Amino acid sequence: MKKLLIFTAFLSFSLLSFSQNRTLPKVDLKTLDNNTFNTSDFDNDGKPIVISFWATWCKPCIKELNNIAEVYEDWQDETGVKVIAISIDDARNMSKVKPKVNALLWDYEVYCDPNGELKRAMGVGSVPHTFLLNENKEIVYQHTGYKDGDEFDLFKKIEALSK
Amino acid sequence: MKRLTIIITCSFFSFITWAQDNSNGTIQGDFNLSTQSYYEDPAINAEKVDEFILMNAYSNIRYNKGNFTAGVRFESYLNVLQGFESNFNGNGIPYRFAQYNVNGLDITVGNFYEQFGNGLIFRSYEEKTLGIDNVMDGVRLKYSPLKGLSLKGFVATQRLFWEQGPGIIRGFDADLNLNEAISSLESSKTNAIIGGSFVSRFQDDNNPVFNLPENVAAYAIRSTVNRGKISFNTEYAYKYNDPAGGITYNNFAPGSALMTNLSYSQRGLGIMLEAHRVDNMDYRSKRGGTGKELTLNYIPAISKQHAYTLAAFYPFATQPLGELGFQGEINYTFKKKSKLGGKYGTQVAVNYSRINGLNGGPSELTINRDHTPMFFSVINEELYFRDLNFDLKKKVSKKVKVMLNYLDVIYNKDVIEGKIIGKNVHARIGIAEVNYKIKPKHTLRSEFQYLSVDKSEEYYKDQGDWVMGLVEYTFSPHWFFAFVDQYNGGYTSEGKTYEAVHYLNISCGYSKGTNRFELGYGKVREGIFCVGGVCRNVPSSNGFTLNITSSF
Repeated sequence: MKKLLIFTAFLSFSLLSFSQNRTLPKVDLKTLDNNTFNTSDFDNDGKPIVISFWATWCKPCIKELNNIAEVYEDWQDETGVKVIAISIDDARNMSKVKPKVNALLWDYEVYCDPNGELKRAMGVGSVPHTFLLNENKEIVYQHTGYKDGDEFDLFKKIEALSK
Repeated sequence: MKRLTIIITCSFFSFITWAQDNSNGTIQGDFNLSTQSYYEDPAINAEKVDEFILMNAYSNIRYNKGNFTAGVRFESYLNVLQGFESNFNGNGIPYRFAQYNVNGLDITVGNFYEQFGNGLIFRSYEEKTLGIDNVMDGVRLKYSPLKGLSLKGFVATQRLFWEQGPGIIRGFDADLNLNEAISSLESSKTNAIIGGSFVSRFQDDNNPVFNLPENVAAYAIRSTVNRGKISFNTEYAYKYNDPAGGITYNNFAPGSALMTNLSYSQRGLGIMLEAHRVDNMDYRSKRGGTGKELTLNYIPAISKQHAYTLAAFYPFATQPLGELGFQGEINYTFKKKSKLGGKYGTQVAVNYSRINGLNGGPSELTINRDHTPMFFSVINEELYFRDLNFDLKKKVSKKVKVMLNYLDVIYNKDVIEGKIIGKNVHARIGIAEVNYKIKPKHTLRSEFQYLSVDKSEEYYKDQGDWVMGLVEYTFSPHWFFAFVDQYNGGYTSEGKTYEAVHYLNISCGYSKGTNRFELGYGKVREGIFCVGGVCRNVPSSNGFTLNITSSF
């Protein structure tokens, strides 16, 4: 009961400062060559960044990234957006990520989060979960799940940012 | 524990207050609720529950400002959903931590998740949908004394439901990126990373009969080498003897694991080959623990993880007591406008995996664990699992996409499920999925899946054949409606006859941003379930379900 009280108090307190934009947490990821890469080095020269959490076993995730891949060139020409795909695959599938990304012809920046650190730090429960970052790398929009056509809404938000 | 919670909570408040002078820092969190009603249904072995409605819920809250992060997770199981351990029942805060960074030294006090290398000797992780959470509680340090070198160390105990396991775990890990550490290698085309880790468990020896080691250690060494399109990764782990204690047979053998994978990839093509050998590697923070409890290490299964429901019907799980496995996968995209690519290109994948027992080694079925299995043998070993599968994705027109899957699986139920049947299951599974885009934001998706078991004398028929059909309508970005039927034609097992049964399920959902509501009704068979744009693991049931997820 005491624990619950503390928790509730904390929750209500947290809501007070909830209104501001969240920045990206600083977490170490793995590149596809197993090097370490920190999220604070994500960069797109002040243009929007899309971060999409996916896994090799997740069908909607691959569908989302495949569908964006079809229009990615146009998106980049029009808004300068960069898509970063974060694989949450653990050791079981991590070795499949690089061959898969290459075979699917994805031109995204791809990193692995095998220990789920970024996933936890960004409140990602189930995948796919996609974030949009503005020029200050603050999270301005996010959505979970993927339905065909969701990319149109995402693109509208990217366009609004790049104006 | 309670006192630490209060201290950490207080530190939140003070940091928040302190932060208000300049910037406030940020708060982030997520919420997840699953509730379900249960009806008695003898046809699918579903039992009535006294509570009528069961619930799993949790919420994470994290506060971050500069180099400081703190977080808590509240969990509530009133009472826990079926398919999960009843020991979870109740409310509590099993996860709270504070983490800060002083001049490059990263300090975590409280709970943390960590993994060394591939996890062969240590991996602490959570998988809520499977009821796994073996989070550590203690102190962890991370430091990088020079470029390319990172060190990690911790001392902690491990979560066991609302309590902690009896073992004290000490761990240390070092990772060295040679190209970053040695300036003359910086521009080398070959990139190499080497690493090593050490883990030790302390647990009192109160056994009156055996003289059991109180400290049990394990170590692992690993390396990754990349050159151009080729990448090679290998890890070897050794575990000193860890007797189960108090049981009648001798189990004083050490354990070892060796895993290796090689990949080649270029635009349009990816090839991956993998092999591992595992011998007596069940390592826990409690001597002789069983089930999912208190596992310290994680040996990744060497088979493909399937996402279609019937393809995931016979999944393989690593046998830490001993196995020898291989896997190969090829992914290829036929280019647009090529003969096989057509207008939009065609994606294909082939995957093969095979896992055998060790010759002379232990398994669920051979009780003697004081053993010396052969390192490598291709004769006389027991087949645990085999899977050959094909995958094809093709966009036929602007409106239609087709996906085809075929699997041929041999599944050793004796070993994988610990049930003595004496024969393997041989299943062939065919899947077709069609996506039809009615309008840009309106999509109709249908799946047809068929699982057929080999009926010859040589194989075990298990539950016989299965058929599944799914129709899903999505209206981006908010709505989805889905209708699923899994049908089993009935079967006889251990003298008991099961009637034919339809697992009908209807569900709909609404999502806006990160808020997602999903309401379902019907029967569900356990397994991976992808519907409405997300995939989850679900236990079998009959009743109403309501799932709500949210994050901010």
